[in-house]
Amino acid sequence: MIKKKNLIGLEHIDAPEIELILDTAVAMKEIVFRPIRKVPTLRGRTITNLFYEPSTRTRTSFELAAKFLNADVINISSSASSVVKGESLKDTVRTLEAMGTDIVIIRHPMAGAANLLAGWIGATVINAGDGAHEHPTQGLLDMFTVREKKGALEGLKIVIIGDILHSRVARSDIWGFLKMGAKVSVCGPATMLPAGIERTGASVYCSIDEALKDADVIIMLRIQLERQKAGLFPSLREYARLFGLNRERLSLAKKDALVMHPGPMNRGIEISGEVADSLQSVINEQVTNGVAVRMAVLYLLIGGGDA
Amino acid sequence: MSDKMRQKAQILDKEGIRRALVRIAHEIIERNKGTEKIALIGIQRRGVPLANRLSGYIREIENKAIPVGVLDITLYRDDLTTLAHQPILRRTEVPFPVKNQKIILVDDVIYTGRTIRAAMDAIMDLGRPKIIQLAVLIDRGHRELPIRADYVGKSTPTSGKEIVAVRLQETDGQEGVFILGEG
Repeated sequence: MIKKKNLIGLEHIDAPEIELILDTAVAMKEIVFRPIRKVPTLRGRTITNLFYEPSTRTRTSFELAAKFLNADVINISSSASSVVKGESLKDTVRTLEAMGTDIVIIRHPMAGAANLLAGWIGATVINAGDGAHEHPTQGLLDMFTVREKKGALEGLKIVIIGDILHSRVARSDIWGFLKMGAKVSVCGPATMLPAGIERTGASVYCSIDEALKDADVIIMLRIQLERQKAGLFPSLREYARLFGLNRERLSLAKKDALVMHPGPMNRGIEISGEVADSLQSVINEQVTNGVAVRMAVLYLLIGGGDA
Repeated sequence: MSDKMRQKAQILDKEGIRRALVRIAHEIIERNKGTEKIALIGIQRRGVPLANRLSGYIREIENKAIPVGVLDITLYRDDLTTLAHQPILRRTEVPFPVKNQKIILVDDVIYTGRTIRAAMDAIMDLGRPKIIQLAVLIDRGHRELPIRADYVGKSTPTSGKEIVAVRLQETDGQEGVFILGEG
């Protein structure tokens, strides 16, 4: 059973809870492939997507997950709401709560926004990405995808490559995979490796060739072009040459290594088109699994009456 | 189940369960005039081994393989908002189209009828069967919905305070049907 009302990050949930979410997602995935993709479970419940940052797949994925479970969904993006009139986060969510929303799914550029929100309102809060802090449902869907392909997570070598500094996906993946008994390494330009990241329990590599050795799973992170004005590396061409995943590099990993990417991809920068479309790539399956995992999270968190 | 619950009576033993299922297998064949278009769907959890056994008995009698599906009705329950914790979701696996099939739902015990209501809704979401019939090992009465079983292993009057415990080798490592109650 899930002990908490909210899902803020994977740092503070334990292995049995992760296991329960992943097991529940297995049953949810069957619904995603039905001709009629609808079960009545969350009928009459309202779920609000509150997005202060642009998003296609995460927002759509949560929306589909909620709709497959028969909940009503409201989408609010900051650019088209009272936020542009200067309304604070607190007032915005109090308004939503007064209208009777059961779950608020929030994405926000500031780390800690979801946690703050959870302290203000009685509704369940799900973090859909807060700054460079965490993106727990992405971490869960990555674990689900790997578990489905490899059977178990324990003992696997997971390598996360790219802009670790700005990546909430990396943080959720590190916490999640380590809790499930996998070994996690991170690799990227030294300017993109946050100080103290090794304290999480992850190993740190500056050479991609060394990091890839014997890897079971390779998670490539998106170079966030919008953040590159900071000059953390000299040029995209150099980044692609030193840290991009191409066919030759892929051969350093185990023969059956999985290639993953949270999307959206910059083809030709962090990942070559050839690798992204190869048989080892499970990037599209990650998207499908994302819906199943989010259905599981919604189901498990919304439950519980007053008993 | 509280610790105070003790075994008051045994209603079926291993042989009794076998005989009841063999009879139901015969009744299914007779009622449907053969096995054409018949498929069994077991309700998680103990309906599943019972459906598998019925399929085996029908095969022994008619020499025809009957497909068996597995149904979890959790997402269709009408009491989800009143439970303290969400029940564990188990897998649903119906590897055949239900459209125009004669679906026989299988469960261990019929009591209020609410599980069967949920199961029928779940099946309808998979397609439109020609007919749905219901087979149960035990009918213990106390229906809260206008639902009845087509095939019953044994009808046993019970009180609402008692528990009917069906134990099967596949799920419990033991065979038998017991009535548990206080004192």
